[in-house]
Amino acid sequence: MFYRESGDFSETYPADSQTFPIKFDRYRYYAVLVVAFLIIPFIINDYWANAILVPFLIYAIAAIGLNILVGYCGQVSLGTGGFMAVGAYACYKLMTTFPDVSIMFHILISGGITAAVVTLFGLPSLRIKGFYLAVATLAAQFFLVWLFNRVAWFYNYSASGQINAPDRTVFGHLVTGPNTDAWAKYMICLVFLTFAGIVARNLTRGSLGRKWSAIRDMDIAAEIIGVNPLSAKLSAFAISGFFIGISGALFFSVYLGAVEVGEAFGIQKSFLVLFMIIIGGLGSVFGSFAGAAFMVLLPVLLKNVLVGGLGWDTALAAHLEFVIVGALIIIFLIAEPHGLAQLWRVAKEKLRLWPFPH
Amino acid sequence: MKRLATVTVAAVMAAAPVMADLVFPSLSYRTGAYAAGGIPFADGYADYMTLLNERDGGIGGVMTRILECETGYNTEKGVECYEATKGEGSLVYQPLSTGITYQLIPKVTADNIPMHTMGYGRTSAANGKVFSNVFNYPANYWNGASLVVNHLLDLNGGDIKGKKVSLVYHNSGYGKEPIRTFEELAKKHGFELTLLAIDHPGQEQKSQWLQIRRERPDYVTMWGWGVMNQVAIQEAINIKFPMENFIGVWWSGSENAVLPAGDGAHGYKAITFHNVGSDFPVFGELAKYVVDAGKAAGAGDQIGTAIYNRGFYAAMLAAEAVKTAQKIHGVADITPAMMRDGMEALEITEAVMTDLGMPNFGPSFKVTCENHGGPGTGAVAQWDATNKKWSLISDFAGSDMSVIQPLIDADSAAYAAENGMEARCN
Repeated sequence: MFYRESGDFSETYPADSQTFPIKFDRYRYYAVLVVAFLIIPFIINDYWANAILVPFLIYAIAAIGLNILVGYCGQVSLGTGGFMAVGAYACYKLMTTFPDVSIMFHILISGGITAAVVTLFGLPSLRIKGFYLAVATLAAQFFLVWLFNRVAWFYNYSASGQINAPDRTVFGHLVTGPNTDAWAKYMICLVFLTFAGIVARNLTRGSLGRKWSAIRDMDIAAEIIGVNPLSAKLSAFAISGFFIGISGALFFSVYLGAVEVGEAFGIQKSFLVLFMIIIGGLGSVFGSFAGAAFMVLLPVLLKNVLVGGLGWDTALAAHLEFVIVGALIIIFLIAEPHGLAQLWRVAKEKLRLWPFPH
Repeated sequence: MKRLATVTVAAVMAAAPVMADLVFPSLSYRTGAYAAGGIPFADGYADYMTLLNERDGGIGGVMTRILECETGYNTEKGVECYEATKGEGSLVYQPLSTGITYQLIPKVTADNIPMHTMGYGRTSAANGKVFSNVFNYPANYWNGASLVVNHLLDLNGGDIKGKKVSLVYHNSGYGKEPIRTFEELAKKHGFELTLLAIDHPGQEQKSQWLQIRRERPDYVTMWGWGVMNQVAIQEAINIKFPMENFIGVWWSGSENAVLPAGDGAHGYKAITFHNVGSDFPVFGELAKYVVDAGKAAGAGDQIGTAIYNRGFYAAMLAAEAVKTAQKIHGVADITPAMMRDGMEALEITEAVMTDLGMPNFGPSFKVTCENHGGPGTGAVAQWDATNKKWSLISDFAGSDMSVIQPLIDADSAAYAAENGMEARCN
């Protein structure tokens, strides 16, 4: 009743093949955009920006990037933390070397640099698969963290090895540094996320995305029907790396402002982003959003309820947080192994027929 | 009518207690690989504030309130904690993490809230001309490095030329901070320095200690934290490294670091910038007003340990800064900006500490606009495994500021240039 397609006719091919062919879906998408762009920036405060929305948006970009590689192309990667570090350090070097160039370009170029590095580490994927590839990307993770710790050039020879984001503006508004307004931080991340979401959605619907899916489902069969594994796999690595690099650059410059590679981009980060896409749903752009929301928002929510609401001891709450998040992950995966995106799909199917399921 | 108004005002005042308290956020970590250090510090910090409330009715008649937020030594959670607590009138931040400190330096400066990073954080924050809101009195890492080398000089009659010294450090901003000072000191005194990095969380140290065993350095010094400390001490015992030649920084000098190794850890040394043990009159009052009243923070089992004392000392310095601020501004319920002024005008003398029941607990010093770093004095403590306690084996003495001051000036100048800042205090 609420969600139906009867009476919703497409008169042209483009109308039929658009991203959201069902009118209700489309309007919901527009409504989300309106809320995100035109309402939230006016009501956001420092806490919501720094503790909740900015990390959510940035992790969503990283999850989209990883989902292209793991969810669409089937190449397991445990190097996300290291790849985000490449984006962060590239952004830092660019920001300090070319202070007059706009940060928007720096972030995009950081994405490009990360894409190149990730493609390099993606080369073994042409020969090895599955667990073995996961181990190769794990090596990338450790190598990159070691590199940024070891070579002082990357952190401009600072005493502690920390990198700090200087103040930078976009159209005269600060977007990095401590004096940034909450809405500016939020908006720059939102712009990049919207860009990433639209690009990813359209790529995965197009011929490239179909090649990736073919490789994921059975690479030998894909090769037989004419998919070039070299270009398909490496393009997945490159595009995935581009988004992960952007998220790393934003993570450092806009969100944290100061970063230490081992602490911010360690192996935990790789697993965190991987969990996001597994819980959200492999091979789904919506799943990347849902997974990032689940992993970023839930701990903050639990903390605020347990410590702020119930006044519990902080240590007890922190431990319980692990237990609850862990339990929820297990429950979700048992109830729906294909993640939150599949739950959403099932709910939509049900709503389509409701209230006459037979 | 007038009486009614008075009653109403009084009722409103009573109903709004949030406005009239001194809020001390405690960005603690009672979970994770670094909880062994985080718990005693947070307990000490909270217990001192409780003592002030119970014994004196707060500071200058205003009650103190601890606002605890769990960071797990994680910078992202640290940011969340900062944003969640800064709106409640938080007076001073003490994150007990160098990573979080680096995050917060620009933020607290923009929000005009002071931050006190006692014996950790960004060392060059000692230069008040550049860092207006950051304080790291009474001592910092570079003082620590110099104190270690001074102790080696004492042991060797002032000549350590050609001696081999290994630095085992946590591979993070915290562990890397002292390297530059050690390198300068190695040049000055002619000792040979080897650097051995240990990655987070520090449980895996076999290869580093194998290297120490092979190279047989004369001394090993350690910049460790959390679980890394106890693993390092155990590994040192395993390779039979003489404990009296193994010297940790103050963060590696806690009971948690040495107790797991048992008798093997006997003779291990650590430097410290405050006194050890619970043999001070104030601990009697603590027992009376806080512990016996069942108001001790945490499990209440950390009292008198090295890092508990440090948290206790940090709270004492914060409370004294509040008193100074109250005196300067003539207001009892101070704001973070007033707290900053109080910290910058803080003067701790032996008489003040004796009054507080903590004679000779820390150094006497005076903070100025230029110098936020304090005197940088420290002593060497040694672990007695039979009696399970630390004892000082040297007097509190100064560090080599002729080496440290140029490094502080250079690093803070680089920060000022990077951020286009003007020097203050002119």
